[in-house]
Amino acid sequence: MPATDMTRSEGQPMREPSAWVQHWRQLCRNPLGLLGLILVVLMVGSALLANVIVPYDPAQVMVGPRLGPPTWHNLMGTDQLGRDTFSRVIMGGQVALIVALASLSAALSLGLLLGLVAGFGPRWLDNGLLLLLDSVRAFPVIIFALAVVTLLGPSLYTVVFVVAITSIPVYARVVRTQTQALRDHEYVLAERAMGASTRRILGVHIMPNVIGPLLILASMDVPLVIALEAGLSFLGMGVRPPTPSWGTILNNGYNYIQNSPWPVIAGGIPIILTTLGFTFLGEALRDIFDPKLRRDL
Amino acid sequence: MNALLEVENLKVRFRSMGMLRALATRTSDPYIDAVCDVSFQVRPGETLGLVGESGSGKSTIARTLMGLNPAHSGSIRFDGRELTDLSQRSYKPFRRDMAMMFQDPVGSLSPRLTVRSLITEPFLIHGIRDRDRDVEAKRLLEMVGLSEEFAQRFPHQLSGGQARRVGVARALALDPRLIIADEPTAGLDVSVQGEVINLLARLQEELGIGMLVITHNLNVVRHISDHMAVMYLGRFVEKGPTEEVFYRPRHPYTEVLLSANPEPDPDARLERIEARGDVPSLMQRPPACEFHTRCPKAQEICSQVDPEVTTAEEGHTFRCHFPVNTPEDPDTDTVGAGSAGRSSRPG
Repeated sequence: MPATDMTRSEGQPMREPSAWVQHWRQLCRNPLGLLGLILVVLMVGSALLANVIVPYDPAQVMVGPRLGPPTWHNLMGTDQLGRDTFSRVIMGGQVALIVALASLSAALSLGLLLGLVAGFGPRWLDNGLLLLLDSVRAFPVIIFALAVVTLLGPSLYTVVFVVAITSIPVYARVVRTQTQALRDHEYVLAERAMGASTRRILGVHIMPNVIGPLLILASMDVPLVIALEAGLSFLGMGVRPPTPSWGTILNNGYNYIQNSPWPVIAGGIPIILTTLGFTFLGEALRDIFDPKLRRDL
Repeated sequence: MNALLEVENLKVRFRSMGMLRALATRTSDPYIDAVCDVSFQVRPGETLGLVGESGSGKSTIARTLMGLNPAHSGSIRFDGRELTDLSQRSYKPFRRDMAMMFQDPVGSLSPRLTVRSLITEPFLIHGIRDRDRDVEAKRLLEMVGLSEEFAQRFPHQLSGGQARRVGVARALALDPRLIIADEPTAGLDVSVQGEVINLLARLQEELGIGMLVITHNLNVVRHISDHMAVMYLGRFVEKGPTEEVFYRPRHPYTEVLLSANPEPDPDARLERIEARGDVPSLMQRPPACEFHTRCPKAQEICSQVDPEVTTAEEGHTFRCHFPVNTPEDPDTDTVGAGSAGRSSRPG
């Protein structure tokens, strides 16, 4: 069936399928990428629609069994206080998504800005920024996180802050390298010769060529961020109870693992699925947008 | 008529090593002279051709004129106003009157912009908002002989010749008075080269623009330029009216260069004059006359005394102790005979 589709679209005169259609076809030919996309859509969808999906209030203590196994009433069983684990897992996805979105978009925009400035600016500025970025990167993430939590107190915002700060240097370095590679391209010289301002050159002519690889990098970083949030919450340094998060579910389950394995399984599976989903999708996107890695050409 | 562009004793230098390394190796002068003591002028409606081997400093001159490299000393006057000491901000108005076309036809177009955006980019940069960009794009495309459909294409969907035309359209957008074309024919096949050159010549005739054409293609220079200058290691070795230089090259280097130009006529008498060895590095510039290491006529004085600039007839100048093809020389038309058959300039 796809073959006839293709001949038909090619038969039309002078009409190449648009870039998006081509990318979509490539993604469809990559089963792992497609699986990744499905998992990501499931995760994001369930987090967005969490309030509609959850059967119970995730903080509501019920008069049912504690640490109960999955039943039709409680799809993933109940935790040590008798709360519905399924509702908590779904709501926990919201926390993971907020942390990932907020911290990565902050890190992306700041990293992009710093990288463009370092890559295009004068040598001394480049060296200064590199020194700063490398010193931030030299900190072990978890130690830095513990220090910040001690100073600011554990909360969702602290987690976002820590993740954003530690991700900036990676993005900034990628952008800087790309900017430097593009800076001496003839089209940038041509723009300068026409009198274009630095802001225009960076915004219109360099940024669009840098942002693609950066977004792919970010999509592959999402699982890291989610794992970090879960890790901090597991250590009791992330979101505060009773807000559900995958890390806290895991932590609670871990304490009662001898009584019931269900809370640990319920908290672990979404982390695994989300990690796999974003990794597969990121790899597929990288293959699609980086022509050098494309196998179908 | 007054000169549109006047360049006098222009010198451009680049740092050849870092400050620390220069200190460590006790190099007192850690610079290389990419362009040395160059003077020329371009009048409105006139074309000056710059020829020379790769690395002789042709493109550096172009970039310095556009303010992309700083000039070390000397003066550049555009329409009587000095440009060398201007800041980037005060340079901007001059960039409306001077436009440059870069070597790589596709590479000099921003890859994510459509042709329409590319050729109307100068309007945005210079804050000209009272013109309809679609109308302007159509006008410019028509001017360079491309159909309207090209407006929606991206640079990677263009062939070399089409991309070059887009480059010409962009250069013409703001009705410049001077166009600097850096290798306008590079990377194009011969028939397209001809089209582009004829297009430039036609537009120049219609619009009366001054043009500086940089190339290593002698046939291109011969076809479109009124005057030409030959560069070797950053210096002008010979300069003069194109026909005069082709007919009677006075500097041995020019003679070598002209005799290396492929001759399309298979029956033509082939007299190749060759230079010895390779182009010396700019880091180790030969003393006195730069060409003496390779010159077939070099004598001892050439490596000791700087040759003066000599003026022959009609503004034909050269820099050599032992010029060739002097009028007294009975051997005058050795090169002349070979090139006389192709000396009638088309158009």
